[in-house]
Amino acid sequence: MARRENPEINAGSMADIAFLLLIFFLVTTTMNVDSGVSKKLSEKPPADYVPPVIKEKNIFEVNINRNNELLVEGERMDVKDIKEAAIKFIDNGGGLGKPGEDGSPGEPCDYCEGDRSDSSSDHPNKAIISVQSDRGTEYGTYIKVQNELLRAYTVLRNRLCTKRYKMSFDELEETYKDNKSNEDLKKKVEDIKKSYPQIISDAEPTS
Amino acid sequence: MPAVNTAALPDIVFMLLFFFMVTTTMRETDLRIENPRLPSASEVKKLEHKSLVCTIYVGKSKDASKHGVGYNKIQLNDKIASADQVPAFIINARSKVSEAEVPFMTTSIKADKESNVGTITDIRLKLRDVNALKISYSASKGAEN
Repeated sequence: MARRENPEINAGSMADIAFLLLIFFLVTTTMNVDSGVSKKLSEKPPADYVPPVIKEKNIFEVNINRNNELLVEGERMDVKDIKEAAIKFIDNGGGLGKPGEDGSPGEPCDYCEGDRSDSSSDHPNKAIISVQSDRGTEYGTYIKVQNELLRAYTVLRNRLCTKRYKMSFDELEETYKDNKSNEDLKKKVEDIKKSYPQIISDAEPTS
Repeated sequence: MPAVNTAALPDIVFMLLFFFMVTTTMRETDLRIENPRLPSASEVKKLEHKSLVCTIYVGKSKDASKHGVGYNKIQLNDKIASADQVPAFIINARSKVSEAEVPFMTTSIKADKESNVGTITDIRLKLRDVNALKISYSASKGAEN
């Protein structure tokens, strides 16, 4: 075999490889976006504010003690079961809803699929979830509970939205976000939100 | 022996440069607490409009001899503070944005999993005092269990 001249390696495609890598990393690197469980606080009540009287059956009481144990409506419960219990409570629909702003009388919930029991909530727009935690409760547990409660609402909203508009609420919101000026979509989003409003209140913690 | 062809070296260097430029996020404040281990949740929403977000950190102090131990230290801007200083912090942040945008301001609370609800409640009460009602409990997106 004849001795070859030391040939130069062709480096012409090096730049291509480099760009390929660059593009690969560009596509796969996700910048960490801040995300979180969003909440809206209630406004500060005026000094002479008298809280309205709410029927006990319309309140779903969740207590978290300082050992991160849950007490839901007087019974001990695991975090994983709280979603089902909340769905059952919100979707009960045992009575009339809140009267309309124009003074029209409240209507029974015609989209609820719950038990319609007398001892649970009247209507999703009357159903209040009250979370009371101890000052010593771990923040992680608190968020877990909040998350499960929000999931209960998501399940119900998705169910209703699929029934009414043939797509899940998540999809509907995505479509609306891409197309904010569409009045029809806006009406749909608001309709679902009004049907299952998220009413989760944080009670003052025990110490 | 011929020299190694280094014509592509600039390309490689540029690639690295671009890569780091793209992935580096600037942190405006130094963390005085240990990087909080965020809780995970499935119902998270992305925070939009970065300029309208002010962040409150809660966690364990890096310098335990100065601030004490425990996971309930509050960091505003770049120092450890108490809940009483939260209103001033919010008002200061508000003065930097135009008035029309104030209602859209969000407060992001980045708290460690092991901090206590009591601290968060203190912050929440102070936020309510200054009418900063939109808050977001920072959480990483976790799988639905």
